[in-house]
Amino acid sequence: MRVIIDQDKCVASGQCVLAAAGVFDQRDEDGIVVLLNDNPPAELHEDVRQAAAVCPALAITVEES
Amino acid sequence: MTGPNRIVVVGAGAAGLTAAEALRNRGYDGTLTLIGDEQHLPYDRPPLSKQILAGTWEPDRIALRGNDPLAKLDADLLLGRSAVGLDMATRQVLLGGGDRIDFDGLVIATGVTPRSLPGADIAGIHLLRTLDDALSLRAHLLDGPAVVVVGAGFLGAEVAAVARGMSLDVTLIDPQPVPMYRQFGHRIGELVGRLHTDHGVSLRCGTGVRRFLGAAGRVIGVELTDGSSMDADLVVVAVGAAPAIDWLAGSGLPLGNGVECDTHCQVAPGIYAAGDIASWHNNHFDTRMRLEHRMNATEQAMAAAGNLLGADRPFAPVPYFWTDQYDARIQAYGIFPADAEITVLHGQPTSRKFVAGYGHHGTMVGVLGWNSPRELRTLRQLVVDRTPWPPQASVSATAIAS
Ligand SMILES: Cc1cc2nc3c(=O)[nH]c(=O)nc-3n(C[C@H](O)[C@H](O)[C@H](O)COP(=O)(O)OP(=O)(O)OC[C@H]3O[C@@H](n4cnc5c(N)ncnc54)[C@H](O)[C@@H]3O)c2cc1C
Ligand code: SF4
Repeated sequence: MRVIIDQDKCVASGQCVLAAAGVFDQRDEDGIVVLLNDNPPAELHEDVRQAAAVCPALAITVEES
Repeated sequence: MTGPNRIVVVGAGAAGLTAAEALRNRGYDGTLTLIGDEQHLPYDRPPLSKQILAGTWEPDRIALRGNDPLAKLDADLLLGRSAVGLDMATRQVLLGGGDRIDFDGLVIATGVTPRSLPGADIAGIHLLRTLDDALSLRAHLLDGPAVVVVGAGFLGAEVAAVARGMSLDVTLIDPQPVPMYRQFGHRIGELVGRLHTDHGVSLRCGTGVRRFLGAAGRVIGVELTDGSSMDADLVVVAVGAAPAIDWLAGSGLPLGNGVECDTHCQVAPGIYAAGDIASWHNNHFDTRMRLEHRMNATEQAMAAAGNLLGADRPFAPVPYFWTDQYDARIQAYGIFPADAEITVLHGQPTSRKFVAGYGHHGTMVGVLGWNSPRELRTLRQLVVDRTPWPPQASVSATAIAS
């Protein structure tokens, strides 16, 4: 799995961190998403899919390999 | 019991598309029909009053899904088609033009339609709900008009902010005492008002529109209920929206403030609703609500799709909402009843970086953050945990530290 984020689209909602804290974080200054791991292990895949699905800004893309 | 295998989703916005996708993700492999009355492929609305109106994004950036995911849906996508009726006896959706589509599972996701005002049918008066609305409004803002925005909810406030960003003269009018009064109450509304006046908006709160002044079929001004009037070359009416339930009239479904669902987003057996149109009983707050929030469209559509396939899970979220105005990003979790008490949990309102808590009947029911996304995300837990109100002084510090 490969995870791609679009910081320009991100609205700093933090939903991705709530869904998959090990993969996403938010910048201190403005809450914009940062990617901690663009190739997360299998046990996190379901959480990452959930994060991408609920992101209200469509800022997360998941490429399944 | 076998599940449905002819599911129809009506409304191809965020909720409708998410419901369709969630059905497939849960393994539904029957026929799937997605009906939407707009010509465009499904798109996202929040950027319409922000990046699209400001011209910083091209419309192709707001597609809800690319072509690949849409193709993978394996759905009949009927765009530019309106549902005009629902026949409960034959279990059919009636389309304009006379077609009837059979279903054994239905998701209603037709959203809301913006309200207008009497006399607003002359040139120069705009509403904002669709991509076409946004592109037309932007084109006219580029002519450099004097702008009057009627309604200082989040939509009117965002439009005012974008128009000021284009250096236009902007007047923002609302009969309530402060902007966003109904959403977040007096204290936050006052701060929103100050934000706008600081950016040069002429703010006229506590007075409404008596009538629009026109000449040769075009708006030239607005007369207010306090007797004053002002010139206007362009008016945006942003006075709220009504659930798009017309097509369900006479169907026998419970309609009131939207389509009235139970705790599971179910309207009737095999029939669910999601998004702006759906009112339901949220167990977390033990109250009925209908939300016009982007995040809810996704979450409720996922819940409705799951329950249609038998998941049997109540939909009891802590709602999330945000609005962007100038450099202010206001985000909120929970509910904000008119008679709630409010206290600052973190930061300073004067520094425009803070989180406020809302208490109602002895429980914290909402948290609102102003340019404090990380702290707000953490303090959201206080609402999830139904923290007793008033909160102890240490409660927010502990939550942020954890
Ligand atoms: C300009 C704007 C800015 C916004 N900004 C924010 C924001 O910053 N934060 C936030 O939380 N929320 C925001 N929202 C709200 C958010 O966009 C909505 O909550 C969300 O779009 C609701 O999705 P939905 O699918 O329920 O409804 P919609 O997106 O309205 O989709 C319903 C679709 O059904 C179609 N339809 C209606 N009737 C019929 C029929 N009879 N037959 C067929 N199709 C039909 C409609 O044309 C529409 O395409 C904003 C909304 C607007 C308009
Ligand atoms: S969920 Fe989306 S919008 Fe929210 S912080 Fe994560 S990437 Fe940004």
